[in-house]
Amino acid sequence: MSVNANWIEALDTLCPMHVILSETGHVIHAGPTVQKLRPDAPFEGRRFLEIFDLKRPRAIATMQDLLAAAGTKLHLQLRDAPQTEIKGILVPGAVPGQSIVNLSFGISVVDAVTDYALTSADFAATDLTVEMLYLVEAKSAAMDASRKLNLRLQGAKIAAEEQAFTDTLTGLKNRRAMDHVMARTLDWGVRFGVMQIDLDWFKAVNDTLGHAAGDHVLQTVARVMVEETRDTDTVARVGGDEFVVILPHSKDDSGLEIVGARIIDRLSAPIPFQGEHCRVSASIGTAVFEPGSGLTAAALLENADVALYASKNRGRGRQTLYTPALRDQAQNLAPPAGRPEARSA
Amino acid sequence: MHGLINRAIQCFVTDSYGQDRWVEVVQAADLDFYEFEAMLIYDDPITTQVLDAVSEVLDRPRDDVMEDIGTYLVSHPNVEALRRLLRFGGVSFAEFLHSLDDLPDRARLAVSDLNLPRIELRDHSPSQFSLICQSPIAGYGHVMMGILRTMADDYGVLAVLDHTGSGDGVETISITLIETEFAEGRVFDLGARAG
Repeated sequence: MSVNANWIEALDTLCPMHVILSETGHVIHAGPTVQKLRPDAPFEGRRFLEIFDLKRPRAIATMQDLLAAAGTKLHLQLRDAPQTEIKGILVPGAVPGQSIVNLSFGISVVDAVTDYALTSADFAATDLTVEMLYLVEAKSAAMDASRKLNLRLQGAKIAAEEQAFTDTLTGLKNRRAMDHVMARTLDWGVRFGVMQIDLDWFKAVNDTLGHAAGDHVLQTVARVMVEETRDTDTVARVGGDEFVVILPHSKDDSGLEIVGARIIDRLSAPIPFQGEHCRVSASIGTAVFEPGSGLTAAALLENADVALYASKNRGRGRQTLYTPALRDQAQNLAPPAGRPEARSA
Repeated sequence: MHGLINRAIQCFVTDSYGQDRWVEVVQAADLDFYEFEAMLIYDDPITTQVLDAVSEVLDRPRDDVMEDIGTYLVSHPNVEALRRLLRFGGVSFAEFLHSLDDLPDRARLAVSDLNLPRIELRDHSPSQFSLICQSPIAGYGHVMMGILRTMADDYGVLAVLDHTGSGDGVETISITLIETEFAEGRVFDLGARAG
Protein backbone atom coordinates (compact mmCIF):
# COMPACT_ATOMS: atom_id res chain seq x y z
CA MET A 1 0.00 0.00 0.00
CA SER A 2 1.48 3.34 -1.01
CA VAL A 3 1.98 6.18 1.45
CA ASN A 4 -0.83 8.03 -0.27
CA ALA A 5 -3.21 5.09 0.14
CA ASN A 6 -2.40 4.90 3.85
CA TRP A 7 -2.99 8.59 4.11
CA ILE A 8 -6.38 8.37 2.39
CA GLU A 9 -7.40 5.45 4.59
CA ALA A 10 -6.54 7.50 7.66
CA LEU A 11 -8.58 10.42 6.35
CA ASP A 12 -11.55 8.14 5.60
CA THR A 13 -11.55 7.02 9.24
CA LEU A 14 -10.83 10.34 10.90
CA CYS A 15 -12.87 12.59 8.60
CA PRO A 16 -15.32 10.47 6.62
CA MET A 17 -16.76 13.68 5.19
CA HIS A 18 -13.66 14.94 3.38
CA VAL A 19 -12.92 15.40 -0.32
CA ILE A 20 -9.51 15.64 -1.97
CA LEU A 21 -9.27 18.15 -4.82
CA SER A 22 -6.78 18.27 -7.67
CA GLU A 23 -4.91 21.39 -8.75
CA THR A 24 -7.73 22.09 -11.23
CA GLY A 25 -10.41 21.84 -8.54
CA HIS A 26 -11.71 18.40 -9.55
CA VAL A 27 -12.67 15.87 -6.89
CA ILE A 28 -10.06 13.10 -6.81
CA HIS A 29 -11.43 11.26 -3.82
CA ALA A 30 -14.55 11.54 -1.66
CA GLY A 31 -14.76 10.16 1.88
CA PRO A 32 -17.31 7.37 2.56
CA THR A 33 -19.95 9.65 4.10
CA VAL A 34 -19.64 12.25 1.33
CA GLN A 35 -20.30 9.45 -1.16
CA LYS A 36 -23.62 8.83 0.56
CA LEU A 37 -24.78 12.34 -0.35
CA ARG A 38 -25.13 11.40 -4.01
CA PRO A 39 -24.86 7.61 -4.30
CA ASP A 40 -26.15 7.74 -7.90
CA ALA A 41 -23.92 10.59 -9.09
CA PRO A 42 -20.39 10.06 -7.69
CA PHE A 43 -18.42 13.25 -7.05
CA GLU A 44 -15.09 11.84 -8.30
CA GLY A 45 -14.00 13.53 -11.52
CA ARG A 46 -16.40 16.49 -11.16
CA ARG A 47 -15.44 20.09 -10.33
CA PHE A 48 -15.95 20.88 -6.67
CA LEU A 49 -17.49 24.30 -7.40
CA GLU A 50 -19.93 22.69 -9.84
CA ILE A 51 -21.20 20.38 -7.13
CA PHE A 52 -21.28 22.98 -4.38
CA ASP A 53 -22.47 26.57 -4.45
CA LEU A 54 -20.20 28.65 -2.22
CA LYS A 55 -22.45 30.99 -0.19
CA ARG A 56 -19.68 32.53 1.89
CA PRO A 57 -17.09 33.90 1.45
CA ARG A 58 -18.82 35.44 -1.57
CA ALA A 59 -17.58 35.92 -5.13
CA ILE A 60 -15.48 32.77 -5.33
CA ALA A 61 -15.68 31.45 -8.87
CA THR A 62 -12.35 29.76 -9.54
CA MET A 63 -10.10 27.24 -7.86
CA GLN A 64 -7.57 30.04 -7.31
CA ASP A 65 -10.15 32.03 -5.30
CA LEU A 66 -10.95 28.88 -3.32
CA LEU A 67 -7.29 28.20 -2.51
CA ALA A 68 -7.00 31.77 -1.32
CA ALA A 69 -9.80 31.06 1.17
CA ALA A 70 -7.81 28.18 2.73
CA GLY A 71 -8.24 28.00 6.49
CA THR A 72 -11.47 30.00 6.61
CA LYS A 73 -14.91 28.57 7.23
CA LEU A 74 -16.77 27.83 4.00
CA HIS A 75 -20.57 27.95 3.79
CA LEU A 76 -21.56 25.58 1.01
CA GLN A 77 -24.80 24.31 -0.45
CA LEU A 78 -25.35 21.39 -2.78
CA ARG A 79 -26.53 22.78 -6.12
CA ASP A 80 -29.09 20.05 -6.88
CA ALA A 81 -31.84 18.78 -4.58
CA PRO A 82 -31.80 18.07 -1.73
CA GLN A 83 -29.90 21.35 -1.42
CA THR A 84 -28.33 20.54 1.93
CA GLU A 85 -26.26 23.31 3.49
CA ILE A 86 -22.80 22.17 4.46
CA LYS A 87 -19.91 23.74 6.35
CA GLY A 88 -16.37 23.16 5.18
CA ILE A 89 -12.72 24.07 5.57
CA LEU A 90 -9.96 23.75 2.98
CA VAL A 91 -6.32 22.97 3.71
CA PRO A 92 -3.40 22.12 1.38
CA GLY A 93 -3.13 18.35 0.83
CA ALA A 94 -0.23 15.96 1.45
CA VAL A 95 0.55 15.82 -2.25
CA PRO A 96 1.73 19.24 -3.55
CA GLY A 97 -1.00 20.94 -5.55
CA GLN A 98 -3.82 18.94 -3.99
CA SER A 99 -6.16 20.26 -1.29
CA ILE A 100 -8.35 18.62 1.28
CA VAL A 101 -11.81 19.99 2.13
CA ASN A 102 -13.32 18.62 5.30
CA LEU A 103 -17.11 18.92 5.43
CA SER A 104 -19.73 18.90 8.16
CA PHE A 105 -23.51 19.17 8.18
CA GLY A 106 -23.55 21.78 10.90
CA ILE A 107 -27.07 22.46 12.07
CA SER A 108 -28.66 20.82 9.01
CA VAL A 109 -27.59 17.43 10.39
CA VAL A 110 -31.07 16.61 11.71
CA ASP A 111 -32.55 16.69 8.20
CA ALA A 112 -29.43 15.26 6.61
CA VAL A 113 -29.50 11.98 8.56
CA THR A 114 -33.03 11.42 7.25
CA ASP A 115 -32.37 12.61 3.70
CA TYR A 116 -29.29 10.42 3.31
CA ALA A 117 -30.25 7.53 5.67
CA LEU A 118 -27.07 7.96 7.68
CA THR A 119 -26.17 5.73 10.63
CA SER A 120 -23.80 6.05 13.59
CA ALA A 121 -21.12 4.33 11.48
CA ASP A 122 -21.16 7.24 9.01
CA PHE A 123 -19.67 9.56 11.61
CA ALA A 124 -16.17 9.39 13.05
CA ALA A 125 -16.06 7.70 16.47
CA THR A 126 -14.91 10.98 18.00
CA ASP A 127 -17.56 13.07 16.24
CA LEU A 128 -20.21 14.44 18.60
CA THR A 129 -22.92 14.37 15.92
CA VAL A 130 -24.59 11.24 17.24
CA GLU A 131 -24.58 12.69 20.76
CA MET A 132 -26.20 15.81 19.35
CA LEU A 133 -28.88 13.79 17.59
CA TYR A 134 -29.46 11.97 20.86
CA LEU A 135 -29.90 15.29 22.62
CA VAL A 136 -32.28 16.59 19.98
CA GLU A 137 -34.52 13.55 20.46
CA ALA A 138 -34.20 13.48 24.22
CA LYS A 139 -34.98 17.18 24.49
CA SER A 140 -37.96 16.87 22.15
CA ALA A 141 -39.35 14.02 24.26
CA ALA A 142 -38.79 15.99 27.47
CA MET A 143 -40.30 19.14 25.99
CA ASP A 144 -43.27 17.12 24.85
CA ALA A 145 -43.88 15.88 28.38
CA SER A 146 -43.46 19.43 29.70
CA ARG A 147 -45.86 20.84 27.15
CA LYS A 148 -48.50 18.28 28.08
CA LEU A 149 -48.12 19.26 31.73
CA ASN A 150 -48.37 22.95 30.84
CA LEU A 151 -51.55 22.34 28.86
CA ARG A 152 -53.12 20.44 31.73
CA LEU A 153 -52.11 23.14 34.23
CA GLN A 154 -53.40 25.83 31.89
CA GLY A 155 -56.76 24.03 31.66
CA ALA A 156 -56.92 23.65 35.44
CA LYS A 157 -56.02 27.32 35.90
CA ILE A 158 -58.77 28.48 33.55
CA ALA A 159 -61.29 26.26 35.31
CA ALA A 160 -60.17 27.53 38.73
CA GLU A 161 -60.34 31.16 37.61
CA GLU A 162 -63.72 30.58 36.08
CA GLN A 163 -64.85 29.20 39.41
CA ALA A 164 -63.21 31.97 41.42
CA PHE A 165 -64.92 34.63 39.31
CA THR A 166 -68.36 33.09 39.09
CA ASP A 167 -71.32 33.34 41.41
CA THR A 168 -72.25 29.68 41.61
CA LEU A 169 -75.96 30.23 42.26
CA THR A 170 -76.69 32.47 39.27
CA GLY A 171 -73.71 31.85 36.95
CA LEU A 172 -73.16 35.62 36.91
CA LYS A 173 -69.75 37.17 37.63
CA ASN A 174 -69.01 37.68 41.33
CA ARG A 175 -67.66 40.76 43.10
CA ARG A 176 -64.02 39.82 42.44
CA ALA A 177 -64.70 39.47 38.74
CA MET A 178 -66.61 42.75 38.76
CA ASP A 179 -63.59 44.49 40.35
CA HIS A 180 -61.35 43.12 37.59
CA VAL A 181 -63.70 44.14 34.79
CA MET A 182 -64.17 47.57 36.36
CA ALA A 183 -60.40 48.13 36.60
CA ARG A 184 -59.89 46.99 33.01
CA THR A 185 -62.71 49.16 31.70
CA LEU A 186 -61.30 52.19 33.56
CA ASP A 187 -57.92 51.47 31.95
CA TRP A 188 -59.51 51.83 28.52
CA GLY A 189 -60.31 55.44 29.46
CA VAL A 190 -63.53 55.58 27.40
CA ARG A 191 -67.05 56.55 28.43
CA PHE A 192 -69.00 53.75 30.12
CA GLY A 193 -71.94 53.29 32.45
CA VAL A 194 -72.30 51.45 35.76
CA MET A 195 -75.61 50.34 37.26
CA GLN A 196 -76.18 49.37 40.85
CA ILE A 197 -79.33 47.26 40.99
CA ASP A 198 -81.12 46.22 44.17
CA LEU A 199 -84.08 43.88 44.31
CA ASP A 200 -87.03 45.30 46.23
CA TRP A 201 -89.03 43.01 48.52
CA PHE A 202 -86.57 40.13 48.02
CA LYS A 203 -86.32 39.61 51.77
CA ALA A 204 -90.10 39.15 51.91
CA VAL A 205 -89.92 36.38 49.28
CA ASN A 206 -87.23 34.62 51.27
CA ASP A 207 -89.12 34.98 54.53
CA THR A 208 -92.54 33.91 53.31
CA LEU A 209 -91.82 31.40 50.54
CA GLY A 210 -88.45 30.07 51.68
CA HIS A 211 -84.91 30.01 50.41
CA ALA A 212 -85.67 27.73 47.46
CA ALA A 213 -88.06 30.39 46.16
CA GLY A 214 -85.45 33.08 46.86
CA ASP A 215 -82.81 31.14 44.92
CA HIS A 216 -85.24 30.66 42.05
CA VAL A 217 -85.97 34.40 41.99
CA LEU A 218 -82.25 35.25 41.94
CA GLN A 219 -81.65 32.85 39.04
CA THR A 220 -84.57 34.30 37.10
CA VAL A 221 -83.47 37.87 37.77
CA ALA A 222 -79.94 36.98 36.64
CA ARG A 223 -81.26 35.53 33.39
CA VAL A 224 -83.38 38.62 32.72
CA MET A 225 -80.42 40.95 33.30
CA VAL A 226 -78.23 38.96 30.94
CA GLU A 227 -80.99 38.93 28.32
CA GLU A 228 -81.56 42.67 28.58
CA THR A 229 -77.88 43.61 28.28
CA ARG A 230 -75.36 43.15 25.50
CA ASP A 231 -72.69 40.42 25.38
CA THR A 232 -70.05 43.08 25.95
CA ASP A 233 -71.76 44.22 29.17
CA THR A 234 -70.85 42.59 32.47
CA VAL A 235 -73.54 41.51 34.92
CA ALA A 236 -72.29 40.66 38.41
CA ARG A 237 -73.99 39.61 41.64
CA VAL A 238 -72.10 41.45 44.34
CA GLY A 239 -74.28 40.73 47.37
CA GLY A 240 -77.40 38.79 48.40
CA ASP A 241 -79.84 40.76 46.22
CA GLU A 242 -77.40 43.35 44.88
CA PHE A 243 -76.16 43.44 41.32
CA VAL A 244 -73.77 45.59 39.32
CA VAL A 245 -73.89 45.96 35.54
CA ILE A 246 -70.96 47.49 33.68
CA LEU A 247 -71.91 48.82 30.25
CA PRO A 248 -68.99 49.82 28.06
CA HIS A 249 -69.71 51.55 24.76
CA SER A 250 -72.67 53.48 26.20
CA LYS A 251 -72.70 56.47 23.91
CA ASP A 252 -75.42 58.44 25.66
CA ASP A 253 -77.53 58.45 28.80
CA SER A 254 -80.76 57.53 27.00
CA GLY A 255 -79.23 54.21 25.96
CA LEU A 256 -78.54 53.40 29.63
CA GLU A 257 -82.05 54.46 30.59
CA ILE A 258 -83.57 52.16 27.96
CA VAL A 259 -81.65 49.18 29.37
CA GLY A 260 -82.65 50.13 32.92
CA ALA A 261 -86.28 50.54 31.95
CA ARG A 262 -86.37 47.13 30.27
CA ILE A 263 -84.89 45.44 33.35
CA ILE A 264 -87.36 47.19 35.69
CA ASP A 265 -90.25 46.37 33.37
CA ARG A 266 -89.47 42.69 33.09
CA LEU A 267 -88.75 42.24 36.80
CA SER A 268 -92.04 43.85 37.76
CA ALA A 269 -93.81 40.75 36.40
CA PRO A 270 -94.43 38.09 39.06
CA ILE A 271 -92.03 35.13 38.99
CA PRO A 272 -93.89 31.83 39.31
CA PHE A 273 -92.42 29.25 41.67
CA GLN A 274 -94.19 25.97 42.60
CA GLY A 275 -97.66 27.43 42.15
CA GLU A 276 -96.82 30.65 44.01
CA HIS A 277 -96.05 34.05 42.53
CA CYS A 278 -92.92 35.76 43.79
CA ARG A 279 -93.16 39.53 43.49
CA VAL A 280 -90.03 41.62 43.42
CA SER A 281 -88.98 44.73 41.55
CA ALA A 282 -85.70 46.39 40.76
CA SER A 283 -84.32 49.77 41.87
CA ILE A 284 -81.49 51.10 39.78
CA GLY A 285 -78.86 53.78 40.24
CA THR A 286 -76.72 54.58 37.22
CA ALA A 287 -73.44 56.49 37.07
CA VAL A 288 -71.38 57.33 34.02
CA PHE A 289 -67.60 57.46 33.76
CA GLU A 290 -66.50 60.41 31.65
CA PRO A 291 -62.98 60.14 30.19
CA GLY A 292 -60.63 62.55 31.92
CA SER A 293 -62.83 62.80 35.04
CA GLY A 294 -60.20 60.91 37.02
CA LEU A 295 -62.92 58.98 38.89
CA THR A 296 -61.76 55.83 40.66
CA ALA A 297 -63.72 52.60 40.64
CA ALA A 298 -64.75 53.23 44.24
CA ALA A 299 -65.95 56.76 43.52
CA LEU A 300 -67.87 55.61 40.44
CA LEU A 301 -69.63 52.86 42.39
CA GLU A 302 -70.41 55.31 45.16
CA ASN A 303 -72.02 57.69 42.66
CA ALA A 304 -74.14 54.80 41.39
CA ASP A 305 -75.02 54.01 45.01
CA VAL A 306 -76.16 57.57 45.67
CA ALA A 307 -78.36 57.37 42.58
CA LEU A 308 -79.70 54.00 43.77
CA TYR A 309 -80.66 55.45 47.17
CA ALA A 310 -82.44 58.27 45.36
CA SER A 311 -84.43 55.69 43.37
CA LYS A 312 -85.39 53.83 46.54
CA ASN A 313 -86.42 57.05 48.25
CA ARG A 314 -88.74 57.87 45.38
CA GLY A 315 -90.52 54.55 45.77
CA ARG A 316 -89.57 51.15 44.36
CA GLY A 317 -89.08 50.11 40.73
CA ARG A 318 -87.38 53.37 39.74
CA GLN A 319 -84.09 54.26 38.13
CA THR A 320 -82.00 57.39 38.65
CA LEU A 321 -79.04 58.75 36.75
CA TYR A 322 -76.41 60.18 39.07
CA THR A 323 -75.89 63.95 39.18
CA PRO A 324 -73.86 65.77 41.83
CA ALA A 325 -77.08 67.55 42.86
CA LEU A 326 -78.37 64.24 44.30
CA ARG A 327 -75.79 64.57 47.05
CA ASP A 328 -77.50 67.78 48.24
CA GLN A 329 -80.41 65.73 49.47
CA ALA A 330 -79.24 64.24 52.72
CA GLN A 331 -81.40 61.11 52.50
CA ASN A 332 -79.59 60.01 49.36
CA LEU A 333 -76.31 59.71 51.25
CA ALA A 334 -77.58 57.17 53.77
CA PRO A 335 -78.81 53.69 52.99
CA PRO A 336 -82.59 53.61 52.75
CA ALA A 337 -84.51 51.81 55.43
CA GLY A 338 -84.22 48.04 55.23
CA ARG A 339 -80.58 48.07 54.18
CA PRO A 340 -78.31 46.97 56.97
CA GLU A 341 -75.34 49.14 56.12
CA ALA A 342 -73.73 51.15 53.37
CA ARG A 343 -71.81 48.84 51.08
CA SER A 344 -68.14 49.27 50.62
CA ALA A 345 -67.42 49.67 46.96
CA MET B 1 -38.70 10.14 42.81
CA HIS B 2 -38.98 11.86 39.46
CA GLY B 3 -42.42 11.96 37.87
CA LEU B 4 -41.02 10.35 34.72
CA ILE B 5 -40.28 7.17 36.67
CA ASN B 6 -43.64 7.14 38.44
CA ARG B 7 -45.42 7.95 35.21
CA ALA B 8 -43.58 5.06 33.51
CA ILE B 9 -45.01 2.67 36.10
CA GLN B 10 -48.49 4.11 35.50
CA CYS B 11 -48.15 3.79 31.71
CA PHE B 12 -46.91 0.22 32.11
CA VAL B 13 -50.09 -0.68 33.97
CA THR B 14 -52.53 1.20 31.70
CA ASP B 15 -50.89 0.16 28.42
CA SER B 16 -50.51 -3.50 29.42
CA TYR B 17 -53.56 -4.13 31.61
CA GLY B 18 -55.97 -1.25 31.01
CA GLN B 19 -57.19 1.83 32.78
CA ASP B 20 -59.37 -0.10 35.26
CA ARG B 21 -56.40 -1.91 36.74
CA TRP B 22 -54.63 1.42 37.24
CA VAL B 23 -57.64 2.70 39.17
CA GLU B 24 -57.34 -0.36 41.41
CA VAL B 25 -53.64 0.37 41.90
CA VAL B 26 -54.40 3.99 42.83
CA GLN B 27 -56.89 2.76 45.41
CA ALA B 28 -54.60 0.03 46.77
CA ALA B 29 -51.70 2.49 47.06
CA ASP B 30 -54.03 5.00 48.69
CA LEU B 31 -52.94 7.86 46.43
CA ASP B 32 -54.87 11.10 46.71
CA PHE B 33 -54.46 11.79 42.99
CA TYR B 34 -55.21 9.74 39.94
CA GLU B 35 -52.38 10.46 37.53
CA PHE B 36 -48.65 11.06 37.85
CA GLU B 37 -47.32 14.12 36.08
CA ALA B 38 -44.14 13.28 34.17
CA MET B 39 -42.47 16.59 34.95
CA LEU B 40 -43.12 16.86 38.69
CA ILE B 41 -41.18 15.32 41.57
CA TYR B 42 -42.89 13.00 44.08
CA ASP B 43 -41.88 11.78 47.52
CA ASP B 44 -39.75 8.63 47.30
CA PRO B 45 -41.99 6.33 49.41
CA ILE B 46 -44.85 6.83 46.92
CA THR B 47 -42.96 4.86 44.25
CA THR B 48 -42.50 1.85 46.55
CA GLN B 49 -46.14 2.09 47.61
CA VAL B 50 -47.27 2.06 43.98
CA LEU B 51 -44.99 -0.86 43.01
CA ASP B 52 -46.30 -2.92 45.93
CA ALA B 53 -49.84 -2.05 44.88
CA VAL B 54 -49.16 -3.08 41.27
CA SER B 55 -47.77 -6.41 42.46
CA GLU B 56 -50.85 -6.91 44.65
CA VAL B 57 -53.42 -5.90 42.01
CA LEU B 58 -51.81 -7.99 39.24
CA ASP B 59 -51.19 -10.81 41.72
CA ARG B 60 -47.63 -11.25 40.52
CA PRO B 61 -44.35 -11.35 42.45
CA ARG B 62 -42.72 -7.96 42.78
CA ASP B 63 -39.54 -9.05 40.91
CA ASP B 64 -41.59 -10.27 37.94
CA VAL B 65 -43.45 -6.97 37.85
CA MET B 66 -40.13 -5.10 37.85
CA GLU B 67 -38.79 -7.16 34.94
CA ASP B 68 -42.05 -6.66 33.02
CA ILE B 69 -41.70 -2.91 33.50
CA GLY B 70 -38.20 -3.09 32.03
CA THR B 71 -39.46 -5.08 29.05
CA TYR B 72 -42.36 -2.67 28.57
CA LEU B 73 -40.06 0.38 28.61
CA VAL B 74 -38.14 -0.73 25.53
CA SER B 75 -40.75 -2.66 23.59
CA HIS B 76 -44.13 -0.90 23.81
CA PRO B 77 -44.90 1.40 20.85
CA ASN B 78 -46.12 4.13 23.25
CA VAL B 79 -42.60 4.49 24.66
CA GLU B 80 -40.68 3.93 21.42
CA ALA B 81 -38.76 7.16 22.09
CA LEU B 82 -36.98 5.47 24.99
CA ARG B 83 -35.80 2.49 22.94
CA ARG B 84 -34.46 4.91 20.36
CA LEU B 85 -32.60 6.92 22.96
CA LEU B 86 -30.99 3.74 24.28
CA ARG B 87 -30.02 2.65 20.76
CA PHE B 88 -28.03 5.86 20.42
CA GLY B 89 -25.69 4.21 22.94
CA GLY B 90 -23.92 2.06 20.40
CA VAL B 91 -23.91 0.22 17.09
CA SER B 92 -23.39 -3.20 18.69
CA PHE B 93 -24.88 -4.77 21.82
CA ALA B 94 -21.45 -4.81 23.50
CA GLU B 95 -21.05 -1.12 22.76
CA PHE B 96 -24.55 -0.55 24.09
CA LEU B 97 -23.62 -2.36 27.32
CA HIS B 98 -20.60 -0.12 27.73
CA SER B 99 -22.74 2.95 27.15
CA LEU B 100 -24.84 2.07 30.19
CA ASP B 101 -22.19 3.62 32.46
CA ASP B 102 -23.13 6.93 30.88
CA LEU B 103 -26.88 6.38 31.10
CA PRO B 104 -27.52 8.54 34.21
CA ASP B 105 -25.45 11.36 32.68
CA ARG B 106 -27.25 11.05 29.36
CA ALA B 107 -30.59 11.18 31.15
CA ARG B 108 -29.51 14.30 33.01
CA LEU B 109 -28.55 15.98 29.73
CA ALA B 110 -32.17 15.68 28.65
CA VAL B 111 -33.93 16.28 31.97
CA SER B 112 -31.60 17.99 34.39
CA ASP B 113 -33.36 16.87 37.58
CA LEU B 114 -33.76 13.22 36.56
CA ASN B 115 -31.38 11.17 38.69
CA LEU B 116 -31.21 7.59 37.47
CA PRO B 117 -29.46 5.00 39.65
CA ARG B 118 -25.76 4.56 38.85
CA ILE B 119 -24.88 1.48 36.79
CA GLU B 120 -21.44 0.06 36.23
CA LEU B 121 -20.43 -2.52 33.64
CA ARG B 122 -17.51 -4.83 34.36
CA ASP B 123 -16.20 -6.95 31.51
CA HIS B 124 -14.60 -10.23 32.46
CA SER B 125 -14.13 -11.44 28.87
CA PRO B 126 -15.43 -10.27 25.48
CA SER B 127 -18.58 -12.29 26.09
CA GLN B 128 -18.86 -12.19 29.87
CA PHE B 129 -20.03 -9.10 31.75
CA SER B 130 -21.56 -8.16 35.00
CA LEU B 131 -23.71 -5.12 35.54
CA ILE B 132 -23.69 -3.59 38.99
CA CYS B 133 -26.79 -1.50 39.62
CA GLN B 134 -27.23 0.91 42.45
CA SER B 135 -30.72 0.17 43.64
CA PRO B 136 -32.65 2.86 45.51
CA ILE B 137 -35.85 0.87 44.87
CA ALA B 138 -35.69 -2.84 45.61
CA GLY B 139 -35.82 -4.75 42.34
CA TYR B 140 -34.24 -2.11 40.13
CA GLY B 141 -31.88 -4.84 38.88
CA HIS B 142 -34.90 -6.72 37.59
CA VAL B 143 -36.02 -3.66 35.60
CA MET B 144 -32.55 -3.65 34.03
CA MET B 145 -32.93 -7.38 33.28
CA GLY B 146 -36.12 -6.67 31.34
CA ILE B 147 -34.47 -3.82 29.48
CA LEU B 148 -31.33 -5.84 28.63
CA ARG B 149 -33.25 -8.91 27.50
CA THR B 150 -35.33 -6.83 25.11
CA MET B 151 -32.42 -4.74 23.88
CA ALA B 152 -30.47 -7.95 23.15
CA ASP B 153 -33.35 -9.00 20.89
CA ASP B 154 -33.33 -5.52 19.41
CA TYR B 155 -29.68 -5.92 18.44
CA GLY B 156 -30.25 -9.51 17.28
CA VAL B 157 -27.98 -10.91 19.98
CA LEU B 158 -28.42 -14.13 21.97
CA ALA B 159 -27.55 -13.41 25.60
CA VAL B 160 -28.10 -15.19 28.89
CA LEU B 161 -28.93 -12.97 31.85
CA ASP B 162 -28.89 -13.84 35.52
CA HIS B 163 -29.83 -11.79 38.54
CA THR B 164 -27.04 -12.85 40.88
CA GLY B 165 -28.21 -11.17 44.02
CA SER B 166 -28.62 -7.99 45.92
CA GLY B 167 -27.36 -6.40 49.07
CA ASP B 168 -26.31 -3.03 50.44
CA GLY B 169 -28.52 -1.22 47.94
CA VAL B 170 -26.71 -2.85 45.03
CA GLU B 171 -27.97 -5.51 42.62
CA THR B 172 -25.83 -7.50 40.20
CA ILE B 173 -26.70 -9.01 36.84
CA SER B 174 -24.42 -11.39 35.00
CA ILE B 175 -24.52 -11.22 31.21
CA THR B 176 -23.18 -13.89 28.86
CA LEU B 177 -23.19 -13.26 25.13
CA ILE B 178 -23.75 -16.57 23.35
CA GLU B 179 -23.98 -15.30 19.81
CA THR B 180 -23.63 -11.73 18.58
CA GLU B 181 -25.31 -12.24 15.23
CA PHE B 182 -28.05 -14.55 16.30
CA ALA B 183 -30.92 -12.85 14.52
CA GLU B 184 -31.68 -9.94 12.26
CA GLY B 185 -32.42 -7.43 15.04
CA ARG B 186 -34.40 -4.27 14.63
CA VAL B 187 -33.29 -1.47 12.37
CA PHE B 188 -32.07 1.69 14.00
CA ASP B 189 -32.32 4.72 11.79
CA LEU B 190 -30.61 7.82 13.20
CA GLY B 191 -33.06 10.12 11.49
CA ALA B 192 -36.38 8.38 12.07
CA ARG B 193 -38.25 10.37 14.68
CA ALA B 194 -40.32 8.42 17.14
CA GLY B 195 -43.90 9.64 17.11
